[in-house]
Amino acid sequence: MKEKLVVIGNGMAGIRTVEELLKIDEERYDITVFGAEPYGNYNRIMLSPVLAGDKTIDEIMLNDMQWYKDNNVTLHSGKEVTSIDRVNKKVIADDGTEESYDRLLIATGSDPFIIPVPGNDLEGVISFRDIKDVDSMIAAAKEHKHAVVIGGGLLGLEAANGLMQQGMSVTVVHLMDKLMERQMDGPAAAMLKESLEERGLHFLMEAATESIIGKNRVEKVHFKDGSEIYADLVVMAVGIKPNVKLAKEAGIHCERGIVVNDTLQTYDPSIYSVGECAQHRGIAYGLVAPLFEMAKVCANHLAKMGIGIYEGTMTSTKLKVTGIDLFSAGDFIGDETTDELVFQDKARGVYRKIVVKDNKILGAVMYGDTIDGTWYFDLMRDETDISEFRENLLFGQAHLGDSGHGDDSRVAAMSDSAEICGCNGVTKGDIVNAITVNKIFTLDEVRAHTKASSSCGSCTGLVESLMSHVLGGEFSTAPHLKPMCGCTDKSHDAVREAIETQEYKSVQTVMEAMEWKTPNGCSKCRPAINYYLVCKFPELKLDDAQSRFINERAHANIQGDGTYSVIPRMWGGMTTPQELRAVADAAEKFNLETVHVTGGQRIGLYGLKKEELPEIWDDLNKAGMVSGHAYGKALRTVKTCVGKDWCRFGTQDSTGLGIKLEKMSWGSWMPHKFKMAASGCPRNCAEATIKDYGVVCVDSGYEIHVGGNGGIKVRATDLLCNVETEEEVLEYSAAYIQLYREEAHYLERTAPWIERVGLNHVKEALIDNPEKRKELAERFNFSQTFMQDDPWEERAKGAEAHEFTPIKVIG
Amino acid sequence: MSDWIEVGTLNDIPKLGARVVSRAEGDIAVFRTADDKVFALRDKCPHKGGQLSQGIVHGDRVACPMHDWKIGLDNGIAIAPDEGCAASFPIKMEGEKIMLSLTPNEGCPNK
Ligand SMILES: Cc1cc2nc3c(=O)[nH]c(=O)nc-3n(C[C@H](O)[C@H](O)[C@H](O)COP(=O)(O)OP(=O)(O)OC[C@H]3O[C@@H](n4cnc5c(N)ncnc54)[C@H](O)[C@@H]3O)c2cc1C
Ligand code: SF4
Ligand code: SF4
Ligand code: FES
Repeated sequence: MKEKLVVIGNGMAGIRTVEELLKIDEERYDITVFGAEPYGNYNRIMLSPVLAGDKTIDEIMLNDMQWYKDNNVTLHSGKEVTSIDRVNKKVIADDGTEESYDRLLIATGSDPFIIPVPGNDLEGVISFRDIKDVDSMIAAAKEHKHAVVIGGGLLGLEAANGLMQQGMSVTVVHLMDKLMERQMDGPAAAMLKESLEERGLHFLMEAATESIIGKNRVEKVHFKDGSEIYADLVVMAVGIKPNVKLAKEAGIHCERGIVVNDTLQTYDPSIYSVGECAQHRGIAYGLVAPLFEMAKVCANHLAKMGIGIYEGTMTSTKLKVTGIDLFSAGDFIGDETTDELVFQDKARGVYRKIVVKDNKILGAVMYGDTIDGTWYFDLMRDETDISEFRENLLFGQAHLGDSGHGDDSRVAAMSDSAEICGCNGVTKGDIVNAITVNKIFTLDEVRAHTKASSSCGSCTGLVESLMSHVLGGEFSTAPHLKPMCGCTDKSHDAVREAIETQEYKSVQTVMEAMEWKTPNGCSKCRPAINYYLVCKFPELKLDDAQSRFINERAHANIQGDGTYSVIPRMWGGMTTPQELRAVADAAEKFNLETVHVTGGQRIGLYGLKKEELPEIWDDLNKAGMVSGHAYGKALRTVKTCVGKDWCRFGTQDSTGLGIKLEKMSWGSWMPHKFKMAASGCPRNCAEATIKDYGVVCVDSGYEIHVGGNGGIKVRATDLLCNVETEEEVLEYSAAYIQLYREEAHYLERTAPWIERVGLNHVKEALIDNPEKRKELAERFNFSQTFMQDDPWEERAKGAEAHEFTPIKVIG
Repeated sequence: MSDWIEVGTLNDIPKLGARVVSRAEGDIAVFRTADDKVFALRDKCPHKGGQLSQGIVHGDRVACPMHDWKIGLDNGIAIAPDEGCAASFPIKMEGEKIMLSLTPNEGCPNK
């Protein structure tokens, strides 16, 4: 016969323990649960959003009735256990139901604290604890106008916000001079109060309630100082007390809560207790994170595996009021022996304070921008020595490195073990894993797979940032991947993957096999597919001219008036008298009015007719000049300064390096144009930090910078790494270009690509993994052996002649 | 009509490509689609005069190389939401030979 496990309390802690138990041992027990509330188990902390109208009761159900059936758990819902008979090992409920047990789990939660003032039992005086309370608040809001919430802590503020959303005029009455004084310090509390006032809440601070007045229903609240306010609803949210009545009456040792040891066992060895009713090492918790940890340990012992002890939980606080971000953890007040690091920007509504002792974080409180909360919390829990980055600590994790581009790169910067969802103990690594392994794209799926963001919801923003970091552009249009264009439902990545796995070899086959909706695509998808094919199979020279934009088909830039420009390469911005002479001759021969020195250190000739192109190319070829690809989604220029040879500040041969970079990479087709630069010293005259790939020479070697852009939206590069030799610069450059070529979407510059995939992704491929770097570089160099034919030379010799001559000339 | 002129053969134009008939009154673009239909349009985009012959041909449309307006090859009319047209010219095939009439079809002022 199976043993019998009886659970008193059908709430979050009790049922989580049952779930954990079923996970590790389905067979051991016949399980019976008593719940005083007439429902399945729901997510109590989501009552706040239900009250605010953001969620429905259905949405916050964690275990519906079917769950109990499916798992063979007997549920007595709506039955309150009234006594425990420890001698005969059975429990008795209010309706007389009896169940005997071998093991008993008490998870009765806590009761709201009702202040002992006259009138606290009037109609319209309620607490905020369960579905029934929320129902009566919503009902009151329909008929009444004035609500008073007693208590300016987490629960009170969430109740007040919800009632305001329900249309009531709400006054929060607080005994202290600061809101949430146990979780906030003075400045943060003041900012919080201000923004809640802006939203329309009223506050009465330092107000001690003396009595509640009314005939049947509440009418007024009266204070010790003699003042009064109108109220037709009073919500008491002044605290909770562990629900120990039953245990106490059964003679189980209780203090504030039911005293348990590190295995969650009470003084009666066959009785365990978890959740808010339990008191562990002197603490009775009032948050869900600890009870989930308790549930794990307790289940393990119920299953008689006997491993794992519960050592207490460090908790942190967040408020679930949409649009208000606050966070606190640990000791954020400090004393004479601690240091305070404070950052405050009133205008932006941002405040952070970190309390540090001996270079370890003791606590933190933040308001406004809380994304770094989890990071501080991790540092605090792990007792990390922060001396190395102490000066940047306040600016957050993203400022440790070099990026600084919104939430995405901040989640990118978090370590895999960083906890994202505090309620359920879900780490970044867990989530990334779930996303990649299960190929999921929506928040709901992440919740289903990991439980992250499924309890209090305050980590939803972080989870979303993480999803967009992992999934890239796709996430913004989840649940479906963003299609390439109107011709198809397929995304860029899907097309690339198909080319990879199915080895499609022409634009037309891709479109047919992938069920394009149009006969031959459009000007968006065809060039993209063509590029993906060229990139994947360089050796096959699959290029389809008709799928190229005119500039790349004609190897010259079409200008506003239909004429073309011609810009020959000047390697690393260097030229010779012979080249200059050839350029001058050509300009005269073709009567060109405009000869322009470009931003990329070359000379551009403007105003050529299409028919003239092969001839001028031939002339330039004869002087040893080749196409500059100034027209293409390809390597453009490598800008340099004169470096060590001439400049007194120069540290390395930046010009020579630039020439080597350009000789290595010219002719390669890319997702978009690609620019490089090499500066001889950090004065950076070649503007390397706004290039796709920039090298800044320093005394000890070379700094490699990536992902810059000087266009409409300027973006400074991220520092990738430092290397010592030119060979390394070249290898990193080849590998980086290849990574970009293989992963970026067509027409995506390196800057948005890096923002999409995260700098860490690039670092992983190039730095953490030297093997991969070498393979990438090799693939690039292999591809280059097929790419470095001067397109001008081929055409000057007659290739593609149809492109450059009219079919017929009339008159 | 008496003004049919031969401008070349089908093979002179790449599939999904175009060639230009050069003319003092303004060039005419002659397009060939994937299924070997041939169309002729004034080589001047109704938007800002881009050379349609330099665009990407797809289906029975061409995307202007300048700002990516799409123009219908059979009638020269810009695809909504854009508005405007490029005059279209009659074409008839005599075997492989492409015959073009220099008298534009009615209806489009952009000749
Ligand atoms: C509005 C609100 C917002 C909150 N927000 C957050 C938050 O953002 N973050 C956070 O970490 N925590 C939050 N909390 C706290 C969190 O909900 C609790 O810590 C958690 O629910 C405690 O779980 P529990 O299982 O111990 O108790 P409960 O979930 O209260 O479960 C106990 C259950 O036992 C039943 N019961 C009691 N006695 C008996 C009996 N004798 N017989 C049968 N059944 C009985 C009760 O009816 C109840 O259903 C919030 C709480 C509320 C009310
Ligand atoms: S970047 Fe440095 S080395 Fe190069 S020109 Fe400027 S100052 Fe001189
Ligand atoms: S800055 Fe503008 S106008 Fe000047 S070349 Fe670039 S795109 Fe043309
Ligand atoms: S000129 Fe054709 S789209 Fe602008």
